[in-house]
Amino acid sequence: MNIRNRIFPNMYQDSVSLMQISAQIAGLDGIEQASVVMGTPANIIQLQDAGLGQDFKAGPNDLIIAVRGAAAACDTALELAQTRLTAKPASDEGDIRKVAPASLAMGVETMPEASLALISVPGDYAAAEAIKALQLGLNVMMFSDNVPMAQEVEIKQLANRKNRIVMGPDCGTAIINGIPLGFANVVKRGAIGVVAASGTGLQEVTCRIDQLGEGVSQALGTGGHDLHEEVGGISMLYGLQALIEDAATKVIVLVSKPPAPAVADKIMARASAAGKPVVVHFLGAPRDALAPQGITFAHTLGDAAEVAVAKLHNQPAPASIARLADADAAKLTALCAVLPASRKDIRGVFAGGTFCFEAQLICQQAGFVASSNTPVAGNKTLADLWTGHGHTVVDMGDDAYTRGRPHPMIDPTLRNARILSDMADPATAVVLFDLVLGYGAAAAPADALLQALQSAPRGPVLVALVCGTEADPQVRQRQVDALRAAGVLVAGSNAEAAVWASKIARQQANR
Amino acid sequence: MNTLFSQPLNVINAGLAGFADNIRHAGGEVTHLNWQPPAQGDITAGLALARLLNHPLVEAANKQAMDQYLAAQPVLVDVLPAREAIPAMAEHKLILHAGPPISWDDMCGPVRGAIIGAILFEGWASDHAAAEQMARSGGVALEPCHHYGAVGPMAGIISPSMPLWVIQNKTNDQRTFSNFNEGLGKVLRFGANNDEVLQRLHWMRNELAPAMQAAVRQLGEVELKPLMAQALHMGDEVHNRNAAATGLLIKRLLPALLQTSMPLSTLQTVVNFIVGNDHFFLNLSMAASKAMMDAAANVPFSSMVSVMARNGVNFGIRVSGTGDQWFQAPANPVEGLFFPGYGVADAAADLGDSAITETAGLGGFAMASSPAIVKFVGGTPADATANSLRMQSITIGSNPAFTLPALNFAPTAAGIDIRKVVDRNILPIINTGIAHKEPGVGQIGAGITTAPMPGFTEAIKALAERIQQYEEGQQ
Repeated sequence: MNIRNRIFPNMYQDSVSLMQISAQIAGLDGIEQASVVMGTPANIIQLQDAGLGQDFKAGPNDLIIAVRGAAAACDTALELAQTRLTAKPASDEGDIRKVAPASLAMGVETMPEASLALISVPGDYAAAEAIKALQLGLNVMMFSDNVPMAQEVEIKQLANRKNRIVMGPDCGTAIINGIPLGFANVVKRGAIGVVAASGTGLQEVTCRIDQLGEGVSQALGTGGHDLHEEVGGISMLYGLQALIEDAATKVIVLVSKPPAPAVADKIMARASAAGKPVVVHFLGAPRDALAPQGITFAHTLGDAAEVAVAKLHNQPAPASIARLADADAAKLTALCAVLPASRKDIRGVFAGGTFCFEAQLICQQAGFVASSNTPVAGNKTLADLWTGHGHTVVDMGDDAYTRGRPHPMIDPTLRNARILSDMADPATAVVLFDLVLGYGAAAAPADALLQALQSAPRGPVLVALVCGTEADPQVRQRQVDALRAAGVLVAGSNAEAAVWASKIARQQANR
Repeated sequence: MNTLFSQPLNVINAGLAGFADNIRHAGGEVTHLNWQPPAQGDITAGLALARLLNHPLVEAANKQAMDQYLAAQPVLVDVLPAREAIPAMAEHKLILHAGPPISWDDMCGPVRGAIIGAILFEGWASDHAAAEQMARSGGVALEPCHHYGAVGPMAGIISPSMPLWVIQNKTNDQRTFSNFNEGLGKVLRFGANNDEVLQRLHWMRNELAPAMQAAVRQLGEVELKPLMAQALHMGDEVHNRNAAATGLLIKRLLPALLQTSMPLSTLQTVVNFIVGNDHFFLNLSMAASKAMMDAAANVPFSSMVSVMARNGVNFGIRVSGTGDQWFQAPANPVEGLFFPGYGVADAAADLGDSAITETAGLGGFAMASSPAIVKFVGGTPADATANSLRMQSITIGSNPAFTLPALNFAPTAAGIDIRKVVDRNILPIINTGIAHKEPGVGQIGAGITTAPMPGFTEAIKALAERIQQYEEGQQ
């Protein structure tokens, strides 16, 4: 073990610089202890106490480098210390780092013109972020779910006081000023404004409007709990009012499951006095309900789009699309002729919850009671999540299937496997499924399925709905063509697809 | 008026980054946040915080607290024995310590050592064992300096016969106090209590204090804010570096000292002592900071931090709107450099009332003016500047009385807002010395630390509760 030191007379440096150098040379291999200090009496005592030497001929203005360790290491350390002491300062670091925004308040400081907060943080924290956004004067879209109802009420009441809209919690889709938010499609801008309590419902209506050649002014989501009695439809009422006041909106579409009666009354009263046509689709509401003045009821999601476009052109509402065209009936009959009579079941495999809901309703109206993990009134709860039995229509975007997994719109692996297993079941007459396009959805949503279909033995008829537009990143026509090439029937709307499936099941049941 | 549809959409995205990419791809404007659960994931505190954001009661209270802080004019007016400055100290055996309240059993080594030293200094016990017995058995009351308008660096020990600097805020005539700085090495504030330490304390009481008292009385008063402002322009941040401020102080005191009728030998020892201790001004900086923060304290509903202090175990804060309540959490480790022969394992937890300087916008908050300090963590002058800038994002405003040349004479960030600390997950930065964990060894290094988050989270909850109670009472 060696102890070495070197003294530099009259070389004052501030102690902090010296401590840095000490730390650096003390970290060298083979160095046990090192110190670079000015030779004050106190420092010399410290060096002696630290075992770095005894005899230092140095005064307070003399600099001492003292090291203890292996001989070679000591030499290296002394050299390094000397180099460091005489080094020029590193080149100028002119870039003063700005603090990256970590909170909404900081975000507003960075972007003072911000008008909306898109919140997709875990549900436990979402309410706080929404309240902050409102306190900062922002409108809010809450993609986050699992927010307690009491917090939803607090958030929405605050929004009302602040004259801001809160879309959600659990709002998957919105289009504001033409910009798609969350899971949304690239639809043309136009004169139809939509407020919907369901994300896929909103996607279906806006895409259908686009397919019909018209466009959307604004598409607002409310989240699924908004029309509950406790929440009182605050978001839907606010969205409706905003569209009433929006000059660019000529026709308004409202979509939800049937609201609590008190909430429905408020919405109907406001809609009836809108001063512009309002098309209302309450999923599963009785077909014969009488619409108040100024309001037209639509019977399916697709119909809501069709009726809105007709209203925009000052035309009478067309007949429901949930009916079978003669040409389609003939085609389906021909397909059934080659199916074994033992194939009788409808198997619906959906990524979109509202598509699953609407398909169940339409099949039920055609006389087919199905099992589902999310059954509509009159349908049965699924006994086995993983195996279809009898008429079975599943929502694979439901929590039961997505716990710990990505949503099937993002990763369709599990959904594809279900389609294949239902196809392999000798009882299946028709497999009905959706393909949802747009931002947020898988980039090539059909590729893996089509590949699997190539080698899968042909059994049941396949019927698909493609929810999307030509301007979507996935390009709707490209997906439709690929599905058709693989022998899949592609319907124009979810309702039409369900009508086709029902026709096949009816045909088979009658054999 | 909601202009959502009439203005271009500008989105702030909290959560899934893919959503921000989509908006950008679709031609929209978006700011994606580097979001983390606030309040260390405490959901209740997170909600309480959200409800306090832009709250009109809090905003108004903060404006008042900030105005009072800015208006404070701390002036050195006197030097008095603690028992005269703080009447309670004349009534019973009372020793003051740094930081939030703590019992003898929980105290760290240096604070215990310093208390034993103070008991011996007061002559309340004849030896170390007896002094320790007295402290342990409750024979002497132990309370925080902050409970009596006082502050002390490191152990922060004040006993009745110790001399105190007396600072008066000329705006409200309230007084604050600090003890005298003993210098470096083996000193009471690091827990040393041997004869050398006690002899120095006796000398400070018997010779230094009367000299200082005479000089201050001769001068009438010494305005401290301008002196500190000047020191900030001379490389001090008046917490961990007080070289310039000490020079400026002796420049003020020396002519007055010379006018007193003190013997030359006394003057020589006094002046030698002051010029030999670059930290001599620290205690005045602290007492002045205390005066500024006391001016801002006890404004109902204010979310401004009025005290940050450490007792060697816990870091405590007080918030203006919650009055005298302490919010405590274990102190964060110090990132720093050590004197030869010492390392992290030897270090005591963060200690002392000196974080009152950061509370007042100095110290770590003014680091840009003191590049030497940032080297303690291996940084560069750019880091010092970045630190000072980062503090701007957690304060209510800034203090134009204290400007930083490195930031083109921008005012220091001042008035820590607990809402911003918790919401932005940015902790107040503190420049600090490192004490050895064993009493009496002294300072073994220096560095930078932060105030721990849990105290701020608790304070948010307490403030929210007070506001909720008030609002319910209004209904």
